[in-house]
Parts: sequence; C-alpha cells; structure tokens
Amino acid sequence: MKKSLRSLLLATALVTVSYSAAFAEMIYNRGNSADPESLDPHKTSTVYEAHILRDLFSGLVMQDAKADVIPGAAESWKMSDDGTVYTFSLRKGATWSNGDPVTADDFVYSFRRLEDPATAAEYASMLYVVKNAQEINEGKAKLEELGVKAVDANTLEITLKSPTPYFLEMLTHQANYPVHKASIEKLGADWIKPGNLVSNGAYTLAEFVPNDHIKLVKNPKYYEADQVKVDVVNYFPTEDRSTAIKRFEAGELDSNDDMPLEQLADLKAKFGDQVRIGPYLGTYYYAVKLDKEPWSNPKLRRAISMAIDRDFLAEKVWGNSMLPGYSMVPPGIAGYEPAIADYAEMSQIDREDEAKKILTELGYGPDKPLKLEIRYNTSENHKNTAVAIQEQLKPLGVEVTMVNTDTKTHYGHLEQKGDFDYARAGWIADYKDPETFLGISRKASGNNYSDFNNPKYEELMDKAAAAGGDPAERSKILSEAERVLVDDLGNMPLLYYSYHNLVSPKLKGYEDNVMDVHPTRFISKE
Amino acid sequence: MLRYVFRRLLTAIPTLFVIVTISFFLIRVAPGGPFNQEKGLNPVIKANLDRQFGLDEPLWMQYLNYLNNLLHGDFGPSYNLPDFTVKELFEVGLPVSIQIGASALILALVIGSALGIIAALRQNKGADYAVIATATAGSTVPTFVIAPVYQLIFATTLALVPVAGWAGGAFANKIGPIVTLALPQIAIVARLMRGSMIEALRSHHIRTARALGLSDWSIIIKHALRGALLPIVSYSGPAAAALLTGSIIVESIFAIPGVGRYFVEAALNRDYTLVMGTVVVIAIFTIVFNLIVDILYAVVDPRVRYD
Repeated sequence: MKKSLRSLLLATALVTVSYSAAFAEMIYNRGNSADPESLDPHKTSTVYEAHILRDLFSGLVMQDAKADVIPGAAESWKMSDDGTVYTFSLRKGATWSNGDPVTADDFVYSFRRLEDPATAAEYASMLYVVKNAQEINEGKAKLEELGVKAVDANTLEITLKSPTPYFLEMLTHQANYPVHKASIEKLGADWIKPGNLVSNGAYTLAEFVPNDHIKLVKNPKYYEADQVKVDVVNYFPTEDRSTAIKRFEAGELDSNDDMPLEQLADLKAKFGDQVRIGPYLGTYYYAVKLDKEPWSNPKLRRAISMAIDRDFLAEKVWGNSMLPGYSMVPPGIAGYEPAIADYAEMSQIDREDEAKKILTELGYGPDKPLKLEIRYNTSENHKNTAVAIQEQLKPLGVEVTMVNTDTKTHYGHLEQKGDFDYARAGWIADYKDPETFLGISRKASGNNYSDFNNPKYEELMDKAAAAGGDPAERSKILSEAERVLVDDLGNMPLLYYSYHNLVSPKLKGYEDNVMDVHPTRFISKE
Repeated sequence: MLRYVFRRLLTAIPTLFVIVTISFFLIRVAPGGPFNQEKGLNPVIKANLDRQFGLDEPLWMQYLNYLNNLLHGDFGPSYNLPDFTVKELFEVGLPVSIQIGASALILALVIGSALGIIAALRQNKGADYAVIATATAGSTVPTFVIAPVYQLIFATTLALVPVAGWAGGAFANKIGPIVTLALPQIAIVARLMRGSMIEALRSHHIRTARALGLSDWSIIIKHALRGALLPIVSYSGPAAAALLTGSIIVESIFAIPGVGRYFVEAALNRDYTLVMGTVVVIAIFTIVFNLIVDILYAVVDPRVRYD
C-alpha cells in the first residue's frame, strides 16, 4: 500500500513537472552594466540602452546574432547607381505592437524627429549623411526638407549627401529606429512609459523600475514572432560587478556584460568557457595637446609613443582584457587594413633606444628633463595605466605627473579645450566602419580633443567619402588617411578593447562578435 | 507644544531656502556638465540639449526658474534619466529606502538597547565584555565588507537567500540590506545605552528606589530606562534621517532601487535637478527628525518643557 502510494505520488509529480515544463515561460535574466539613460531611441547614446532598444524596436535594417546586417522593417532595398539614393521596400503586413501598420510615413516622422532641434537628440549626427539633416539640426532648414520621402505606404526613399558605403551599418544604430507617431502626439513625454510604449520589435515593454529591472515580453505582433523563443527578458542593471558575478554563480543571472577584470585569472579558472573574451571594436588612446609646446613636435610625440610598452599594459595592467594597440581603427572590420605604427614590430628595447636617441637630439637629458602631465578620468584601470606609463618613461628621463578628475570634469575640460599634455580617451564603434574611428580626428569633430588639423588628412578623408561608390578604393584611401594620423601621432593609440561577457551554458544563440551585439530574439535558454 | 511645533516648522522654511540656494550654486561651480561624456557632442547638438533643459539661460534666471518650479512642487526632469522626472524617481525609490532604513533603525534600537542594558547590568562581567567586543567589531567593520560576506555565506554557499535584487520587495531580498545597515547601528546604540544606563543606575533616585525595596525589574524599566533613553533619542534623530534616505553602498551591492545612490551618482553625473531634489529631501528629513527628537525629549524627560 505504502509503496503504491509513493509511486502514485511520484507519477503525479512527474506529470506535473513535465506539464509545467511544456508550458513554462522561457525567461532570460540578463545583466546589463547600467540602466538605460532613456528608452526613447532619439534620446539614447549608450550601449546599455542599445541592447534593450534592439529588442524593443526594429529599424529598416537590423543586426543578426553575428552583428551582420539583415533586413528589419524593410524586407529589401535598392541603391541608385551613384550610391546616393536608397529605396527601401517595407515588409508588408508588419505592424506596431498595438496593431497599427508600420508605414513609410512612420520613418519619415521618426527621422525628422531625430533631426528636429527641439528633440535635442544626442545622436542626431547619426543621420548627418542624409541630405539636409545637419542643416535641419542646426536650425538652418525646415523639417520637410529632410532627404527622406514616403513614395507610398510601403516604399521609403532616402537621399544622401554623398555616397556612404556604411549607411546600412549606420541604420542599425538605435537612434535610427522608428517611433510611433500617434502615441507621441497623444501622450507627450509619457509615451515611453510601460503600458504606453508602442514598439515594432520582437519585444514590448512591460515594466521599468529604475535601478531595479526592465521587463520585456514577447510581442505577438512581431513579423517573425514565431521564431522568437525567449518569452520574457529581464534586464537587471549590474553596476556592482562583484555582486553580478555572485548573482551569475547563483543562477539569478543568465549572462552579464561585464566582470571585475582584475580577477580575470580567477574567474577563468572558476567559470571556464562561460567567460567570453574577444576583440571588440573600441580603441583606448591618449589625446595629445598638439598646439602646445613641446608636444607640437611630431618627433617628440613619436619618442613618447615608442617608449610605451603596450604589451605590458595589456597583460599586467589589464590582465589581457585589452590588446596592445598601434592604430586608431582596431582590427576586425572586414575589407579594411588598419594603418599600424611602423614601430609595432620592433622589440621594446630597440624602441626605447630609438626614443632615447630622439630625446637626446631634441636636447632633453638629466639637465633638462621633459615634463609630461597625464590627465585621466576616475577609474582604477585608467590610473594603473597612467602609473605604468610613468614608470616606463622614467628611465628616459621623462617626469610624468598625473591629474585625476571625475568623468564629467575630465570630458568637460577636454571639450572646452582646457590645458593638458596627454589625456585619456576611448572610442567604441557606433557602426562597423573605419569612418567611426577616423571621423573623430577630423578638424570639425566635437571629439577631436587633440585638435588634430592636418590638411593631408582632411583631403584624404574627403577623397574617401567621394570614393564611396567603390568600397575597395575607399578602404584603401581611408587606410592612407589613417597612416597620416598614426605617423603624425594626432592621437596616441594604446590598446584595443575587448568584450568580456559571462554567459551561462544554458543560453544558445549568444554568439561572440566584434560589435558585442546580442539580440534576444536569436537567443534561447534550455 | 503645538505652538512650538508650528514655530519650528516655520523656521524650517528659511533654512530650506538657504540650503537650496547654496546647493544650487555649488553644484554649478563643479566643472563639466550633465552632457559631458566619453563620446563628445558636436556644438550644435550640445546647444540643442542646453536649450531643451534651459541651460542656455543666465544662471540667475535658471535659479529663479528653479525656485518657482520648486514652489509648485516641480523638481524638474532628471538630466541623465530623461524618461523620469525627479519626483517620479523619488516616488519609486523613497519607499524602498524608507522600508529598509526604518526596519534597520527599529532593529538597531530594539536589539542595541537590549544589549546595552544587559551589558550595563553585568558591568565588567563576561556578558558586558562580550557585548562591548561585539559592538566595537560591529562599528568598525564597514558595510562594504559585511554585505559581500553575507552574500557569500548565505546566498552563494548556503543558497538560503538571493544574492541581490529587489524582486518587488520580497522578504528574502530585504534581509541582507536590513541586516547590513542595522549591524553598525546596533553596535552604536548598544554602546550608548550601556553608558547611559550605568550612569542612570548610579543616580540618587535609583538608590532611593532600591532602598524602598522595589524589584530590580521595576527599577530598570520604570525608573532607570527613562533617563537612560535621552542619549539614544538624540542619536536616533540624525540616524533616522540618514538611514531612511538610503545608503549608496548597501543599495549598489544588493542592487536595490533606493534613493541613497542618487546623492553620489547625481553629483558625479552633474544631474543638477536630481542633486537638488536629493538635497531637498535629505534636508526635509533632517529637519523633521530633529523636530521629532526635540518633542520626544519633552515626553521622556519631564524637566523639558516647550511652552
């Protein structure tokens, strides 16, 4: 009797378990280093909201699990022969999460809103390649003059200023996602709140508690809803990296996009393959005050750069979570050959000898030591990097001092062209093209902290833009431009970034890529 | 008494005004602004942003606008979290911080007082030394050590509670933050209580009570405790204001959505409106709790009168 009762219970339990398993929701708990600044695509700027917006919205084109461009709201597109007009055919029958059809007008509205000065979009510059976009953003042209036109409900025509081979890559950026006009006009600033937000992506917004979590649920109206496996994705801001590791270990998180890198060796030993590290499109560099003595001398800049042991920085300071960098554009962009500094292959000893020679030539020595000040924004690793460089330059008789300020002060100082010698900066690719890294050193760029102003560079960059129709030729010219920048040391590249994710083996479809892009719609969980 | 309270509340208005004014200009003196970040903005976009948030107006004008909005209960939008107004951020976060802070405070007062009394009654005996040793340890080990150790033992190793997170305010998620916040407070309260209780027990009226043959229990509860409570009461005022407005360390380690983080983060982000909102909230809490302490004085100590 007892035995049969037990087996009956066991059978019931088994049935219950398999029943609930079959109907259980697939929930993905995703660690994201910080909360989004905003869920409004036109007000975002960070990679933290990029992850979330990629799940919520669908731009004309999107990225797949490997960060390659795939059709999004547009199912196909054509480029005019001169490369300046793109005609997108929108997916027929695609709708917003409230059932409204997604039309060409939605994109016209969205792109105008992005450029409207009243929106004050931080990434308005993302569409500056479109005809009249910059003029509108500067208040010099009317919204209606934007080079974006709805030919019919399903056809969108975008006219560019000049051929832009990376235009499709740019369109994958979250600033170019469409927004729902009717709800913005009806609800104003509240359109972005849970319950109000109408989106056209694989997920919709269910909850947003700042500093706690963001819950997205599968959008049944999404055009490929039948292929979306995860039912609920919870984004948790994991600003405390040590806590994030413990939460991952306890199974509270299925993945996290950061880890305490100073413990990398231990983490690798503990988590094995779950620690995923690889090249990421980002460059860690020092800006140089080029219009200030003695840094205006390219020979001197070269001596300093040669003397810095980047292998040591990558290995000892960053625990191999960074790679030694000798170019502004990191490797990993198909069809582009970065212009690596000519001393990259020299041994460190030879480089130091050469650097010493240059310094002596320029009259620096024990009697006349060279003084160099490094400014950096608060971070243990930025500090350690600067300290390592200080030690590396000491044998050459260079006296390095350091100034540490918080991030806002640091970038405020650089932006206002304050005084410095060398200053820490970093750049993460917005899209997969060398332009994103080289554009920041152009004369007019707000990110040109070094004030690099080289006519040859400007000329080559313009030439590359004009060669937009011929990708191979353009890549070659861009590489020549980068050669000018690197040889002249308009900036001093030090390291290339790498992504560093913790990914549970339960997750399938989380593919490593140089953009560190992981749309939830391609992921499933066992 | 009511008149006293009313008068105190009236004087709070100029105090708040001075605090708001000083803070408004102090945060603006800090270099950099809300829109400075790793990726610089081009001047056109920066100008658009400044215009949208009214930062293009002269500072005195911004100040007057801010005061005017504040009088209408409008703290403005957060610069760095533009999806939320400062008021909304506090509506979400303050109840969380208050729950955690109030629980920690109550725990600290009850356990701390009990331990203090025990130590005072067993002065210079084993129990006393044990309490003093624990209290010293408790007040010297910082919360950023207590919290990870708690997570390591009770969450990762024993799997009794979650590591972190709020989970809508589930009880298991609250234990860690409350205990971490309470431990140092328990230590402080215990030491205060021990000292004042020892002093109270030595006073004349207690000696008289003993001579009259009252029971130990009745002497301690009815006669000694009242006098001994005074230092605890004066300590709890500022402590309550501090605990109820959250702790950035506890909130970030346990990933709970309180408001303690805003004090530090908003200042670092130059989120001017959020900084101001935090300053106003903390100022109000401090003023109110100081008032409550003064009222409690009169309740506890018959010699204090406010008429």
